Amino acid sequence: MSRVGVRKTYKLYVGGAFPRSESGRSYAVVDRDGDFLANAALGSRKDARDAVVAARKAFPGWSGATAYNRGQVLYRVAEVMEGRRNQFIAEVAAAEGITRRAAPSRVDAAIDRWVWYAGWTDKIAQVIGNANPVAGPYFNLSVPEPTGVVAVLAPQLSSLLGLVSVLAPVIAGGSTCVVVASEERPLPAVTLGEVLATSDVPGGVVNILTGRTAEIAPWLAAHRDVNAIDLCGAAADQAVDLERAAADNVKRVLRAGEPDWAADPGLQRLSAWLETKTVWHPMGV
Amino acid sequence: MPFDYAPAPESRSVVDIKASYGLFIGGEFTDATDGTPFKTISPSSEEVLAEVSEAGPSDVDRAVKAARQAFTGVWSRLGPAERGKYLYRIARIVQERARELAVLESLDNGKPIRESRDVDVPTAAAHFFYYAGWADKLDYAGLGSAPRPLGVAGQIIPWNFPLLMLAWKIAPALATGNTVVLKPAETTPLTALLFAEICQQADLPPGVVNIITGAGDTGQALVEHPDVDKIAFTGSTEVGKAIARTIAGTRKKVTLELGGKAANIVFDDAPIDQAVEGIVNGIFFNQGHVCCAGSRLLVQESVYDEVLDSLRRRLRTLRLGDPLDKNTDIGAINSAAQLARIRELSDIGEAEGAQRWSPPCELPEHGFWFPPTLFTGVSQSSRIAQEEIFGPVLSVLTFRTPDEAVAKANNTPYGLSAGVWTEKGSLILWMASRLRAGVVWANTFNRFDPTSPFGGYKESGFGREGGRQGLAGYVKDRRDV
Repeated sequence: MSRVGVRKTYKLYVGGAFPRSESGRSYAVVDRDGDFLANAALGSRKDARDAVVAARKAFPGWSGATAYNRGQVLYRVAEVMEGRRNQFIAEVAAAEGITRRAAPSRVDAAIDRWVWYAGWTDKIAQVIGNANPVAGPYFNLSVPEPTGVVAVLAPQLSSLLGLVSVLAPVIAGGSTCVVVASEERPLPAVTLGEVLATSDVPGGVVNILTGRTAEIAPWLAAHRDVNAIDLCGAAADQAVDLERAAADNVKRVLRAGEPDWAADPGLQRLSAWLETKTVWHPMGV
Repeated sequence: MPFDYAPAPESRSVVDIKASYGLFIGGEFTDATDGTPFKTISPSSEEVLAEVSEAGPSDVDRAVKAARQAFTGVWSRLGPAERGKYLYRIARIVQERARELAVLESLDNGKPIRESRDVDVPTAAAHFFYYAGWADKLDYAGLGSAPRPLGVAGQIIPWNFPLLMLAWKIAPALATGNTVVLKPAETTPLTALLFAEICQQADLPPGVVNIITGAGDTGQALVEHPDVDKIAFTGSTEVGKAIARTIAGTRKKVTLELGGKAANIVFDDAPIDQAVEGIVNGIFFNQGHVCCAGSRLLVQESVYDEVLDSLRRRLRTLRLGDPLDKNTDIGAINSAAQLARIRELSDIGEAEGAQRWSPPCELPEHGFWFPPTLFTGVSQSSRIAQEEIFGPVLSVLTFRTPDEAVAKANNTPYGLSAGVWTEKGSLILWMASRLRAGVVWANTFNRFDPTSPFGGYKESGFGREGGRQGLAGYVKDRRDV
């Protein structure tokens, strides 16, 4: 007699915990052939707001952590993902409708991307910050600082590599985030949440919502306590309205569009969520 | 016996103001095809200085076309070193004509000649000189290899530092290979129009710099123009938000340098005399028409009386009057509209329960004037503690602990600048790391330099002007290429 498998309940990841949607709603996630994979939480406006509160609460601690510490935490994420490699391969294959042979390269690239960003945490300030030789007797230094709470609409197609590619640069720089996972391919994102919860990433630093992007995104775009938004996974017909709403509190915006996730990511996303602070002090005796 | 100052006015004869000005498009002054001409006045006397053209939509279109043609035909094909040499030329001509520019700036803007002569104009020249050198070194700027220009930049600048803001906009745009259409503020167009002559003297290829005058409608037409690749704006947060909404869904890039409500924080161990000078410079420099002005003074309770006594004593010595007088500390408010705004918010401050104080101060009969003003007993929620007044009005609050100072300083939607006064180095660095502001001046205030990036956090905008960071807003990201 074959054993009956123990299935996983896919929930939200908010403030370090795994709640169901406060709305009590869920939706069926299916594979390419339309076969049922799991029920995912159908996140609501309230879930989004709770997630912003959690991200804001986590910001002082995470942004105040040393860059070395953040680097170790991000590297730890890669380590724990590696241990769940087979699970991710299965989930990515199912989510993206690719074969079990095609999936490993995407999962491996996602893990390696964490390693790449882990190394950036204590180097980015040296690359994009600098001393300024002002024409006067002043010490003057410009350093990058994290922007704050970033809303991220994860790419709709690349369920894991794309997700990691938009998420890692936010937290590598010291910001915290609320991520809306790919609407039709959300399951690898929930599993990534489980990895984050067991990788020394403090609760609230990353919050992951599943559900309808078009339903949740407007609340995040208009939210006054969100400092920036990555519109990567926004639908073309909604992206303009979201960008417009984001202007209400001068959010930093990255516009919609999925680049080639396999390519070298460059510094664009990492520096998009950093501010430059310049400090002056007179020199004299 | 008290000594009085004899008048020491700078001569106006160095400047030749024309009766009327056209638009500077494609290297020449041309008449506007639509739009109604308007007058620019001297805010210290209300004397009409000149009549200026208003650029309508078809004029904006002509200017953008000229800039596009110059971009594709000339400027983007020119060697980077040659581009840089044009900027060096411009820097030199600004230096050569410095006195003329300073007098014209003080006439049109109302700021003291001491400031236009010693700050605005030399810093503008320095800005061109600094970015001139970047033109052929962009490969080393950390922007990726061979960073490419965006194309045509539409630039909109405010009235508080007309020439200096022009330099902040045009110098990095040209150094990176863009061409520009710049709109100065409607109350202060004259130094930009003189700058157009400087471009002619420098033999800058026609269309690389276009100057169009007008008010909000002209700016809006520029922002909406489909062939503009980049908008760079300095001005109010309200207009900045409108610009961000307008360009939503386009490919246009944008940088915004918006309002501020900076906290100037004085700890009990600060050198009080120096701090008082910094407070005065922080809020009364340029009549407080400064987005990064230290408009909220946060004083540690234990030195409150000492600081306030000293501050009041110092304010009694400030000289308000003729902007062209070399002994003037405080000039005219830039416009009747701005004066009305300052009066309104000051009245609200009083109505909300704060105590208002100004030194004895005789205001000239004509022109727009507002005395240096202190508000004490200001609550955190008061509008004069929350809103940008953009005038010589200081709101004084107190604190007990560094944590409280940080919380109060950050309790605003803005995040442009902040000041910290203390002798304790570790406290300075602790404060500097916690203040959510783009520029932190420690034991100094209102310092500017071409090499030093300037710009805001939160609703004070995004993007940086000045320094290596100031190049980034004018080159393509990898994903734009």
